Amino acid sequence: MLTKKFGSLLLVLALILVAAAPVLAQGEEIRLTMTCRCVAGGVNNNLVVWLNTYVFPTFQEKMAAEGKNVVVELVEFGGGDEQLKEQYALDLGVGAGHDLFAFDGFWVPEFVEAGLLKPLDEIAGEAVTSWEGWEHITPGIQSILGYQGKLYGIASGTDVRQIFYRTDVFEQAGIEMPWQPTSWAELLDTARALKEAGVEIPLQVNAGTAMGEATTMQGWFMVLLGAGEHMYDFEDGKWIVSSPAILNALNFYKTVYLDEGLGDARMQLVADGRDRSFQAFAEGRVGMLVEGDWFWRSAILNFLDVPTRNQVVGWAKMPAMEPGKGYRGQDFVTISGGTGWVLNPNTEHPLEAWELLAHMSSLDAQRAWELIQPRINFRDDVPVGGDPVMSAMADALLPLTTVRPMLPAYPQISYEAQLMTERVVSGEMTPEEAMAAYAEAVTELVGEENVKSIPLQ
Amino acid sequence: MEQQRGVFSSRVGLAFLTPALFFVVVFLLFPFVWIFYLSFTNQTLTGASALSPSFVGLENYARLFDFDRWARAGEFGSALWITIQFVLGSALLGQAVVGLTIAWAFYRRKGLLREIVFTLAVLAWIIPDVVVAFAWSAFLDYEQGTLNAILGALGLGRPDWLFRYPLISIILFNTWRGSAFSILLFSSALETIPPSYVETADVVGASAWQKFRDILFPLLRGHILTDLILITLWTFNVFTPYLLTGGGPTFKTEVVSIYIYRTAFKFFEFGKGGAIAVVVMLINLTLAMGYLAMLRRQKASA
Repeated sequence: MLTKKFGSLLLVLALILVAAAPVLAQGEEIRLTMTCRCVAGGVNNNLVVWLNTYVFPTFQEKMAAEGKNVVVELVEFGGGDEQLKEQYALDLGVGAGHDLFAFDGFWVPEFVEAGLLKPLDEIAGEAVTSWEGWEHITPGIQSILGYQGKLYGIASGTDVRQIFYRTDVFEQAGIEMPWQPTSWAELLDTARALKEAGVEIPLQVNAGTAMGEATTMQGWFMVLLGAGEHMYDFEDGKWIVSSPAILNALNFYKTVYLDEGLGDARMQLVADGRDRSFQAFAEGRVGMLVEGDWFWRSAILNFLDVPTRNQVVGWAKMPAMEPGKGYRGQDFVTISGGTGWVLNPNTEHPLEAWELLAHMSSLDAQRAWELIQPRINFRDDVPVGGDPVMSAMADALLPLTTVRPMLPAYPQISYEAQLMTERVVSGEMTPEEAMAAYAEAVTELVGEENVKSIPLQ
Repeated sequence: MEQQRGVFSSRVGLAFLTPALFFVVVFLLFPFVWIFYLSFTNQTLTGASALSPSFVGLENYARLFDFDRWARAGEFGSALWITIQFVLGSALLGQAVVGLTIAWAFYRRKGLLREIVFTLAVLAWIIPDVVVAFAWSAFLDYEQGTLNAILGALGLGRPDWLFRYPLISIILFNTWRGSAFSILLFSSALETIPPSYVETADVVGASAWQKFRDILFPLLRGHILTDLILITLWTFNVFTPYLLTGGGPTFKTEVVSIYIYRTAFKFFEFGKGGAIAVVVMLINLTLAMGYLAMLRRQKASA
């Protein structure tokens, strides 16, 4: 408020002193800061490039045209997603933090319940509701950063998950391509063939607590959905804590990591395992890696250039245990998450912060983004930019996808699922014991009335 | 006994004490009381119980001592047991023994070797945690680590230190990290022993071990106790292993300080974290009181 008054006062002064330097007319400098898990030359490098070379200059120009002197600064965060979340919770908990920050959709419920986030329209008012962009974002995509009918940010896109494989490694092992397994048995047979051919790590499926949500999304869900089940039964609103499908999924992990040594369990248990898995894949030491499309469009590009990537990386859909035995009777399974940007309720410049978010999410800015990183865009008027592989993944997998339940308890239950896989992969517990411990922990978290068990035959 | 009178009246003394007391209350007593209060609630930083926490009585404590599962990886009992091994290994067996050995080895000796050893030990002690942890990660790394490069070149194999022997690795790390304090404390304590004691023993032809056992050790006993009190408490609360292992793999290096951190700042469960902190505080107090009692008894008998 004060800033605005002071700004208009200066404007008036400038009008009176017509001859005064135009600098005066720009008013007081407004500083906005934003942050994401992104580092120039490191993780999510292309996001930094887009922000610095397109978004910030065009936004500052736009603001200057409105007579505002706005400076935007990107504060890079090089740690992991879990640490970023920790930083946000602590910042917001004491009423501080950057004006705008990159946010994972599944964090929204617990942050909202704690009063750490506020709806966009409550922060920036009329400007939000009258934004032209909303009609180009489907309600499903809008709800990625929504909770109980309110929107807390704008999604930057959604994603899908699949198996990535090294075409050169497959060729050497004499495996026919294009390759598409239709059951776990076929998937495991391919892994065995790769092992036979001397591939160090034939198949890597994420497990363990060290990888955080990457374990739940790229690992546990992909296997569990293939076994025919979701973690949460959306129909009766209960968490499934014990079932034949959970046991089958855990036994799949046991086969891969313990019984046959098709995957590298160590990589799932050490602190920086996910980065190591990317590097091992880039070095051709991993045959197959279950990952999200972020791996294709961003992570792998820290190791390989685009032409090399297109040459040596193939992809296949994750098969169900047996054809037709997947979640909802599907033959293949995948799951989508979504990230985006939220406004900090504590921002001193809510209008300008919203303007920046709206500018980033505009048609022009998103077209520019697709040229830098082709991906599944959140705007229905922006197609995937010139990457046929990315388009093919989206077309094949989006119809099959499902999502996580948007509930405040989800992150804790997700952690328990990670722990369950860790206990099996490390050999600490049998699948039966790990499932029993999971059931006990989840029941304690959400209460007897919110869980259910499906009897084992 | 006649009461001793200082230069100032007690009222003036109190006035001088006030600023210090103020800081003690604000930064020590208040957080303690606050944590104690939190430990009886289900206060969190995220989720509904962040805004409306409720009083849960002893539930957080009961959960800590749920003996059905407390020995499981990642639970309180397991963290406590790991901490005990870590303290015994790196503080008592590690730092104190290494400190005493080095101090004794250089007793009444001067020269370049002594300077080098002492300088290196002090350097290991004063370099910032993050730098040290980074250096040790590079040293112990399975694939590209310096240690394995050396061992491999000598044909001694390439053990996977942080994965197969995580607890031993952090014990070695912490011994290396903290021995300087014990070395310095013991060598200055040795300086206070009159040379004539040892010279007399030399005359009667005592061996080095006899001199240590019968002359130096008894005279050092008080210093050893002081050293043990301090390094036990420090090691009990040390957090640096987190920078090396993150508490893993599979919680094998999760000492209680990391367990508290994970509960309070990764899961944002302030209530539960508070309960663990209170229990750890009580353990620390018990340790300190036990040591102090020993120290007092020793002084009385001296």
